[in-house]
Amino acid sequence: MLELRRLQIRHAKASPLFAPLDLRIDPGQVGIVMGPSGVGKSTLLDAIGGHLARDFTVDGDILLDGSHLAGQSPQARRIGVIFQDPVLFPHLSVGQNLSFGIPRAIRNRRDLVEKALSDAGMAGMSDRDPATLSGGQMARVALMRGLLARPRALLLDEPFSKLDATLRSDIRAFTFAHVAKAGIPALLVTHDPQDADAARGPKVLLGA
Amino acid sequence: MGRAIYQVTPPATDRRLARIVLAAVLLLILLPILAGVWQTLRAAAGWMPAIGATDAGLGAFRELLAIPGLARATLVSLWTGVATTLLSLALAAACCIRWHDRGWPLRVLAPVLAAPHAALAIGLGFLIAPSGWLARTAAPLAGWDRPPDIGTLNDPFGLALILGLTAKEFPFLLLMMLAALKQIPLSRHLRSARALGLPEAHIWLTLIAPQLWPLIRLPVLVVLAYSLSVVDVAMILGPANPPTLAVMLTRLYGDPDLMRLLPASAGSLLQLALVILAGAGVMGLQRAIRRHGPHWVAQGNRLPGLTVAMRIAAICGGAMLAMTLASLAVLAVWSVTWRWSFPDILPKALSWRFWARAGQIAGGPLMTTLIVALISAALALAAAIAWLEAEDRRAAPRAPWAEALIYLPLLLPQIAFLYGLNIAALGAGLPQGVALVTWGHAIFVFPYVMIALSDPWRALDPRLPRAAAALGAGPWRILWRVKLPVLLVPVLTASAIGVAVSVAQYLPTLFLGAGRVGTLTTEAVTLSSGSDRRITGVVASLQALLPILTYGLAFALPAIVFRNRRAMRAGR
Repeated sequence: MLELRRLQIRHAKASPLFAPLDLRIDPGQVGIVMGPSGVGKSTLLDAIGGHLARDFTVDGDILLDGSHLAGQSPQARRIGVIFQDPVLFPHLSVGQNLSFGIPRAIRNRRDLVEKALSDAGMAGMSDRDPATLSGGQMARVALMRGLLARPRALLLDEPFSKLDATLRSDIRAFTFAHVAKAGIPALLVTHDPQDADAARGPKVLLGA
Repeated sequence: MGRAIYQVTPPATDRRLARIVLAAVLLLILLPILAGVWQTLRAAAGWMPAIGATDAGLGAFRELLAIPGLARATLVSLWTGVATTLLSLALAAACCIRWHDRGWPLRVLAPVLAAPHAALAIGLGFLIAPSGWLARTAAPLAGWDRPPDIGTLNDPFGLALILGLTAKEFPFLLLMMLAALKQIPLSRHLRSARALGLPEAHIWLTLIAPQLWPLIRLPVLVVLAYSLSVVDVAMILGPANPPTLAVMLTRLYGDPDLMRLLPASAGSLLQLALVILAGAGVMGLQRAIRRHGPHWVAQGNRLPGLTVAMRIAAICGGAMLAMTLASLAVLAVWSVTWRWSFPDILPKALSWRFWARAGQIAGGPLMTTLIVALISAALALAAAIAWLEAEDRRAAPRAPWAEALIYLPLLLPQIAFLYGLNIAALGAGLPQGVALVTWGHAIFVFPYVMIALSDPWRALDPRLPRAAAALGAGPWRILWRVKLPVLLVPVLTASAIGVAVSVAQYLPTLFLGAGRVGTLTTEAVTLSSGSDRRITGVVASLQALLPILTYGLAFALPAIVFRNRRAMRAGR
């Protein structure tokens, strides 16, 4: 469970980016944060993932499965991020991209990659050059790559906004289904109301 | 439950690498330079107990001033250095304006940039000597059946030297300008100024040049310092008697009479003063232009004839490049020549036998060159990658003093501190030989590798390391598995440049090797004075071939490794 309590973020001496935020997302659910651009949605994700630039101050609590994340490095938090663009590594094959994040201790890496590919309807494409995939395939690989890293929570930074309309609902359903299957809390920031309608988790409107 | 309030600060490891790199650079680059200058200062003041000189005073300077031709040597150095810099700047600017939106110049520039100065100078000599290719081409028209009696080489005014230096320096400046153009909003400025109906040359001079100048100022100062104090090219093409100051001093350092080290050291200070004076001149010029330039432009003034001058300079630049490529070609031709008598344009008989014979002369130097080049380039590359990675982790831009520190070895004349460094190394008990020479090369290779790698490193898509971090990769794994593979092309290019810079070094090999370490460059410079052209051709070809092949490898390797990765090839 991912929990935000009275969370506020400030840059240097400026006033807080948004009013204190309370949010509770259960495992398998997708919570939604909506708001106009520039309100600090991405900064919020950075704060949760531990990627905040210097000079930012975080106020309030971020809890994952009951423990505080404050002060932990991004690697220690083990929170995955899916970006607006798939950002596949251009020098690795599709399969190598998928196995990049699989924790070292796990043995059957090849099987996991093959399983993820067939789940994404891309069986047998392990050796493909990522640059030759379609937009929808790239988006699916990016999600599967994020999930194979076994994150304890997933942050989704407007991952559907650059896809065209038909593909968008497709990939959205695929994403939500896999989050539910993985049994981890996910937080989606978006300004598409359809994303909010499709999600079954809590919804928050971010404003100053 | 209490409220967790915390300030985000980068963890301690983020700064540790920066401290280590800075300490290494200070210890391995700045310290030897300072120690070298210090030893030179002491020797110039008459203090060098190792050779029994303990008479502190101005004796060394008096002895220096008594050397016949010193004044003329100094003036010739100043003239050739300043003329080379101005000419290179003008040609590079004109070619930059004409070629900035085309891709082919970079491909033509590559072999010219890769080829060592000495090889180019020797090739140029074969081209413009009274019995050279140019005279042979002109012979039927002029009716020459013997080489004409014209002093085209080693002329007392240093014109051949200026030509040879410019051939190598203007492509370097052109490359730096083309790289700097990417950092300014060029097309926006060009479009808006063209809409005002201003002539193209005027736009570049008054609008683009002021933005470009801060980005190429250090490279221009490097060219200035180098041209004022170059030794190998000046030995091959420069005036003979008196030679340039740097050549005169190199001979003085090599004098069997060890007491001559004292006036030589005094001369090194004179050389240093010359470089500082010329650099101050550039900065003064910059100040004057900054002060009066805007007013002059605002009054609607134009430089008369600028457009025509620019066009002529661009043509000269193109001709210069052609001449340089011809110089490399004539080296290759001479290396396989058996018989080639004067007015013939091509040799009468060809043979490989001089390659075989040169194998005996150049085999050892070739191995030494390879070892020194590979190790010094690897050291410099590791330092450059560590430096850039440390900058990423500190997440702060490079400070101006750090930029100056990187450039420092190139801004000082080599002769001002290399012999002093040799003395300091001896005093510290370091063994002379290949290891010391390698270190000396690395001091000069590092800045060029940094210059080559910095811009591509900063241009790396920042989303890639972020995506890797989001997958749980730590900073080292991100460096090894993401940044370096994605940056393979610039990393290999920087390595190739490092090898080329090392292969071209002359003075560090001569001084730090105490004459016992021979590379292709020292060999080629020795041969260039009056040996058989065919053997000189072989050694100089070898010397040019080594870096050119390294460049080729740097281009070919990524194409093979990434043959199945489309995004890694297109335009990267």
